[in-house]
Amino acid sequence: MEFSELIRTGRAQAELLRGPEAPPLRGTLCVTSHHLLLSPGTEASPDLWLLLLRSVDSIEKRVAGDSGTITLRCKDLRVLQLDIEGVEATLDIARSIEALSSLESVITSFPFFYRPKGLRLGDAWHFHPPERYYQRVARETNAWRLSEVNEDFSLCPSYPRALIVPHSVDDQALARSAGFRQGGRFPVLSYHHARNGTALLRSSQPLTGPQKRRCAEDEELLRAVLVGARPGARGFIIDTRSAQAAKQARMTGGGTEAKAAYPGWKRLHRPLERGRPLQESFVRLVEACGDLEQSMDRWLSRLEGCRWLAHVKEALSTACLAAQGMEREGACILVHGAEGTDSTLLVTSLAQLILDPLSRTMDGFQELVEREWIQAGHPFQLRCAHSAFSHARPKHEAPTFLLFLDCVWQLGRQFPLSLEFGEGLLLALFEHAYASPFGSFLCNSEKERGLCEVRTRTHSLWSGLNQPKEQRKLRNPLYALNPLAIWPSVEPQSLRLWQGLFLRWTRPPEPSETAWEKVWQIVTDSEKTEGSA
Amino acid sequence: MEHIRTPKVENVRLADRVTSKKAVVGTLYLTATHVIFVENGPDTRKETWILHSQISTIEKQATTATGCPLLIRCKNFQILQLIIPQERDCHDVYISLIRLARPVKYEELYCFSFNPKLDKEEREQGWMLVDLGEEYKRMGLPNDYWQLSDVNRDYRVCDSYPTELYVPKSATAHIILGSSKFRSRRRFPALSYYYKDNHASICRSSQPLSGFSARCLEDEQMLQAIRKANPGSDFIYVVDTRPKLNAMANRAAGKGYENEDNYSNIKFQFIGIENIHVMRNSLQKMLEVCELKSPSMSDFLWGLENSGWLRHIKAIMDAGIFIAKAVSEEGASVLVHCSDGWDRTAQVCSVASLLLDPHYRTLKGFMVLIEKDWISFGHKFNHRYGILDGDPKEISPVIDQFIECVWQLMERFPCAFEFNERFLIHIQHHIYSCQFGNFLCNSQKERQELQIQERTYSLWAHLWKNRADYLNPLFRADHSQTQGILHLPTTPCNSMYKFWNGMYNRFEKGMQPRQSVTEYLMAVKEETQQLEEELEALEERLEKIQKVQLNHTKVKSKQNEPSKHSGFSTSDNSTANTPQDYSGNMKSFPSRSPSQGDEDSALILTQDNLKSSDPDLSANSDQESGVEDLSCRSPSGGEHAPSEDSGKDRDSDEAVFLTA
Repeated sequence: MEFSELIRTGRAQAELLRGPEAPPLRGTLCVTSHHLLLSPGTEASPDLWLLLLRSVDSIEKRVAGDSGTITLRCKDLRVLQLDIEGVEATLDIARSIEALSSLESVITSFPFFYRPKGLRLGDAWHFHPPERYYQRVARETNAWRLSEVNEDFSLCPSYPRALIVPHSVDDQALARSAGFRQGGRFPVLSYHHARNGTALLRSSQPLTGPQKRRCAEDEELLRAVLVGARPGARGFIIDTRSAQAAKQARMTGGGTEAKAAYPGWKRLHRPLERGRPLQESFVRLVEACGDLEQSMDRWLSRLEGCRWLAHVKEALSTACLAAQGMEREGACILVHGAEGTDSTLLVTSLAQLILDPLSRTMDGFQELVEREWIQAGHPFQLRCAHSAFSHARPKHEAPTFLLFLDCVWQLGRQFPLSLEFGEGLLLALFEHAYASPFGSFLCNSEKERGLCEVRTRTHSLWSGLNQPKEQRKLRNPLYALNPLAIWPSVEPQSLRLWQGLFLRWTRPPEPSETAWEKVWQIVTDSEKTEGSA
Repeated sequence: MEHIRTPKVENVRLADRVTSKKAVVGTLYLTATHVIFVENGPDTRKETWILHSQISTIEKQATTATGCPLLIRCKNFQILQLIIPQERDCHDVYISLIRLARPVKYEELYCFSFNPKLDKEEREQGWMLVDLGEEYKRMGLPNDYWQLSDVNRDYRVCDSYPTELYVPKSATAHIILGSSKFRSRRRFPALSYYYKDNHASICRSSQPLSGFSARCLEDEQMLQAIRKANPGSDFIYVVDTRPKLNAMANRAAGKGYENEDNYSNIKFQFIGIENIHVMRNSLQKMLEVCELKSPSMSDFLWGLENSGWLRHIKAIMDAGIFIAKAVSEEGASVLVHCSDGWDRTAQVCSVASLLLDPHYRTLKGFMVLIEKDWISFGHKFNHRYGILDGDPKEISPVIDQFIECVWQLMERFPCAFEFNERFLIHIQHHIYSCQFGNFLCNSQKERQELQIQERTYSLWAHLWKNRADYLNPLFRADHSQTQGILHLPTTPCNSMYKFWNGMYNRFEKGMQPRQSVTEYLMAVKEETQQLEEELEALEERLEKIQKVQLNHTKVKSKQNEPSKHSGFSTSDNSTANTPQDYSGNMKSFPSRSPSQGDEDSALILTQDNLKSSDPDLSANSDQESGVEDLSCRSPSGGEHAPSEDSGKDRDSDEAVFLTA
């Protein structure tokens, strides 16, 4: 096996420090193809300590005398310190970790070797197929149909096979529209608001270019959306770039919908941060949270300087705007930025969570992540290649998905009874998006996942998460179905730093865990009593 | 009443400060005790009640075409903007309120007219609920080292101290008297808290009159006596809670701090908590931030930081943590003082006690703590909270800061406190409301002279009676984390300190979480308890029935009964838990836990005759504010900050959306 060449040394004696509150672990350290193992001496706890090498974000080594220290900063924001006996051993282990944690090949990654007990390969890949949702919408309305036009990914490499489009638009027109949109991402249905028949759509930017090109089929498609909703329906295009940025995009072949070309549609600009600035915001926030020496005087301005909470506020506000347009104005909404794979998905998925009670259930939320992020072609492999600690120059990294999870957490804080899942699920999704033994977040699109045979050769995250033993961590015991839209407050006073994520490893977890236990206890007590009564 | 120039003004509009929604029209009434706004609703006549004593400032703003705006800011952080059609009426209301909000005699205060329909005996019992004598006994006093001293009988030594004080056994009257002469306002060192596990104690005093070189043998003996009262330690800490610079400046005025050379076996320590003036300004700045209309995240965070408020809260907490650690870990006694020993000293002693002793984290214990460290030791409630018209420079949110420290700890330790956030909010409200006599005057002596206990009611009895509303469902008295000392991490944790939205924006319902975990869990617990009781009763009955050998079917039908009462099936929840009904008239907000029905009943003090002055009821009951008008409040857009766009079409699009 090729990995063995990368492993410089088998084992060494080491002590592991896991933050200020956890006791240190002592034992034999061992590097394997995918893991770092520490097996404590027999007298201590017999448990093996295990770290997925893929989750190492950065590594730092120091040697002094005849021992060395390796500091591992993980993608889940954990910081670990290994004190290792022997200079040579230290350097060898560091080099091995470095090499193994940065392997880029997908098909040699751990999910392709992970075979947990109790799970069968291919079991859960049918858990949340978007087709099921699309079929439902098509069945319930006469305005939408499933199209197989992208069956071979030829129209749009980043879309899944199944897509849902206005009934009256044929596949040929779709092909034309795809040609007019960046990356072929023509407008497709993201969410159908059954209460008033309005639709939420997403796409990429139109390729108007400097000549302000138009595309009749694209225009027809959007017209058909309005007609399908209700006679005389109006629509809003929410462009997640500033008007200026959208205009500038024309110079590089992109652009934005001309008003005259799309009667009934109005355009709004709500610039959201993306790409490198967003990644830098994340890095700065993690740095600030990890800095335990700073004084109180500077903390808030540092928090402000990170801009992260401002991004949370902007994302939530934009999603509320889209949701409000549908629910209160009875309008259809099309969301796009440039590629339509990042901030676009942030807005459409959050808007659904606000509007749709089903998406707030455990199943519904998993389905939402599967449909609006994984299948919709958010490039997880590129965006989550590195987390906040990497020294490598960021190329395509951006914590868009984390920003989504943070916004969901804010919703859960303001509506603590309305989400069926708890913070535990959000933390798990964050971890797995960056490094996971499961295959769900591998690759950048369905097409790539197909080529790598992800579905047949790895386990789905959903099967891992839906095991009964995980439920107590992931579920919200207080949940009660709330059939209405949940409108969060987006005032800065109402938004908070997500301590459970950003300070997860620097503060002792017990008090909040004790509280969580107590909540479960109260709720189960009540269920028990009710059962016996 | 002679100060009311106009008792009633019609067609007054109450503006919603946060959302730019339309103001509601109604009638404004001025009574001897309240400002009341009654909405002209077709079916619901919502009422907003404000106690005069809650009014902090009244501002008459420039008259506009629609009328004359009057801005009323309250001490419980409610803000009311009234628009009065006639300038003359507005002026009358303004002049009346200016006078009404600043009573000159205690007799004008609400507590002297407030009558909760309790008889004399009940009132007296109410005052006996919190008994400091019992509290010192609970601490394990008197004992071999500490005794109750009568040196301050009839307030002979110190008029701002209580008459009953614990001092070291070895401190003779001579030593106490001598020491008192060497301390500001004769506030000599006396016991605040005794930690019976290891005999260490927290004592409190005012600053010594040391100037640059003065000494006092009796004062030195007094500190020695405190040290000796703790055989487990050979030194005591002397903690001066002021910034060093302030303490040094005091020396020039013949005051100052202890010279380590003169006192044997003391460790002297400064802990820089700023004075009341800095704190007053800090709160003012923070409230300005809270008042900003649709601030950006940067505006808010910068404003919060510049106010320094959380930094001050942390300083107080740090001092409390230092003392709690000295007592519990080092086993050393601590003498705490600031200048007069009634502001920072009270804050720090009570925070330290709260960290050390789980009793103070219970409902009853918390009342005792405030009674002991604040009320009995002469915290100047009248001056600090502007109860009677006085020097505005004396006003400062000293106890507010303590209450916030408790909230910060509650956030950190959700299971450690028997009471909930609402308990803190209601105490804060009543410190200013003057509905109860507890917080009148500046000292025990003054309260006695005013015969508070004979003429007014006690807040503690009122809170105790409604204690069901104040319980924290997550409280775990038995848990290892909540027994004994609350352990805070050794690493400085700035991010632990959060902005207390639930206090400072508590009247902006739209900014608060729309569903309450506390409410819900309380309801669940109550339901469970009821079911259990019913079940028990039924089982008993079943037993009896079986004994009498009644026929089986009857038993069965009885058994089915309770299931009808259980309101906790999910289907019931789904409708009752509704946060907002956005489909129609946008009313019915905020959400309540299922058992609370459709009224705010759980949030209010239940007694009907108290309603008018209840903290939550006096809130602006406009429930529509929950509906966010997001189109004009999103950060980048709306009318406030249009994004740069040269295209004309875009502007019109915005307008379409906004007006739609």
